[in-house]
Amino acid sequence: MARFLINRLIQSTVLLFGVSIVGFALMHLAPGGPLAVYTLNPTVTAQDIERIKVLFGLDQPVYVQYFKWAGGLLSGNWGYSFFGGQQVREIVLDRLPATFLLMGTSLALALVIGVAIGTLAAVKRNSVFDYATAIGAMIALSLPTFWFGLLAIFFFAQTLGWFPAGGMVSIGDSSLLDRLHHLVLPVVVLALVLVAQWSRYTRSSMIDILDQDFVRTARAKGISPSRVLVNHGLRAALVPLVALAGLQLPLLVGGALVTETVFSWPGMGLLFISVLSTRDYPVLMAILMVGAVVVVLGNLLADIVVALVDPRVKLHDE
Amino acid sequence: MTGEASTPLLKVENLLVAFGRAKAVDGISFDVAPGEMLGLVGESGCGKSTTALALMRLIRDAEIGGTAHLNGVELLGLDEAAMRARRGADIAMIFQDPGTALHPMIRVGDQIVEALTAHLNISHREARKRAIDLLRKVGIAAPEERFAVYPHEMSGGMCQRVVIAMAMACAPRLLLADEPTTALDVTVQAQILELLQGLVREEGMGVILITHDLGVVAGMTDRVAVMYAGAIVEMAATEELFARPLHPYTHGLLRSIPQLDSGWDEPVPTIPGSVQGAELQAGCRFAPRCAKASEVCRTPPALREIGENHFVSCWNTP
Repeated sequence: MARFLINRLIQSTVLLFGVSIVGFALMHLAPGGPLAVYTLNPTVTAQDIERIKVLFGLDQPVYVQYFKWAGGLLSGNWGYSFFGGQQVREIVLDRLPATFLLMGTSLALALVIGVAIGTLAAVKRNSVFDYATAIGAMIALSLPTFWFGLLAIFFFAQTLGWFPAGGMVSIGDSSLLDRLHHLVLPVVVLALVLVAQWSRYTRSSMIDILDQDFVRTARAKGISPSRVLVNHGLRAALVPLVALAGLQLPLLVGGALVTETVFSWPGMGLLFISVLSTRDYPVLMAILMVGAVVVVLGNLLADIVVALVDPRVKLHDE
Repeated sequence: MTGEASTPLLKVENLLVAFGRAKAVDGISFDVAPGEMLGLVGESGCGKSTTALALMRLIRDAEIGGTAHLNGVELLGLDEAAMRARRGADIAMIFQDPGTALHPMIRVGDQIVEALTAHLNISHREARKRAIDLLRKVGIAAPEERFAVYPHEMSGGMCQRVVIAMAMACAPRLLLADEPTTALDVTVQAQILELLQGLVREEGMGVILITHDLGVVAGMTDRVAVMYAGAIVEMAATEELFARPLHPYTHGLLRSIPQLDSGWDEPVPTIPGSVQGAELQAGCRFAPRCAKASEVCRTPPALREIGENHFVSCWNTP
């Protein structure tokens, strides 16, 4: 276990190093370079730009710039936003709770509903329920999220007025009920796609397992069908799905670009879109690195969880 | 110890299992006396395993006909809940491949405990104690330690011992052993058969031993039913069958056992042709592969008694 963790830590470090280099290079290669905000602004003079370059250290060799930036990231000094000069770390950490709330709720909901639908569809293979959920999943997966989000706003916020059209809280009201009220529409829109994914994956995994000899053995013992299904079937069927959960874990921090934008949800996704359009590179690079770290951690966590639940998997075999 | 002498433990009449148009088992009748071991032999696909699974009611998507009385209770007419109460309690099954018959993620001891608590109203502690006793009984050394082991940590022979312990857990009156040694090493095969024979004698249960290995049949069983393409073609006491095989198919089977004293370059006699599609054949199903076939074989022969308790379905036997 310890050797596995050390191995993975070394691999992860190399990977994150690569990501940071690619991200840093892209920033320099993009039209306008790191100072695109200023160079593409006609009111800023060439002298001003020279002055800013020296100020930000952009007159130094690129590798020096990189190591200064990377060193800053590691030591907690993430730099300052081009707009308003706020600390990047504060900007990013400010957005985390909103995204965590939205994505956590959606993921948890999708996991429970998706696994339930998938299991039932696998048990009642080729039934009306199976076909109906298959078609439903196809529709949910093929609809563009922004379009579905806009429809939801139009019907449930605009026409019926049941839910607010966007934002996280009403001005002057910070009660829990108000937050939940704001949460409903974006969670439903997000969960729809996630439920579709989880139900399909669970169904196919469950069908594989239900055909296994050990499920037949369990039936031959005369134990109850629900016990066969959950203790014997689902237990084995969920193992391959842990990896999927690991892949979706970064959503908790990365947020949903489209949904957060459509519902003006003040999370990481919305932040990313806005700093992307304003080329606020210090913030953009920080989001990129935070995202990369979470992806690496999510996968590591999935591997550890699989080893914990499946006795056949040993971590030191890597 | 023939089926006719005492009231049968199991009486199967006209058992029929059809998957769509293909009749895997086509109206077979036989019985098993208490304490008797009946061998069910035939080549792959002749319907041996399907017969056992039909008696356990573990086949889905098949049309099942006929009757099977176990101690006077008609198994095929029971509703699912009533059948579940018998599975593992009155009628239990040992499967072919111990490597896949056990749940890979559950400790072997707990799998036995589950078989016990499914039918007996005992505490978990008592069940655990009995499971350890069962492990000891099937010849597993250090049963207290082995209780907590996972199947992949045991050899195939050990796993099959666990499967046997699981089937024996509630002392069923009828045991269906479906090729219990086929997946095992030859040296282990003998040990498992010996164990099985000892346990069956001790408990006095009736057994249907399904195998394609005539050597196993000769050493173990009291009576043999030979199956071909879903039908029983010959049935007699084991000694009688080996001494006086009447059906051309039984003849062929016995002739195709390799002899140690025959020359090394002498080919092993085989039965020409294959069983494929035989269930669609009008008349005697073995006729296309039979050297003695004649005009009369176009009419299906019935299973008739020729000697004392010696049944055969062939027109060309004296």
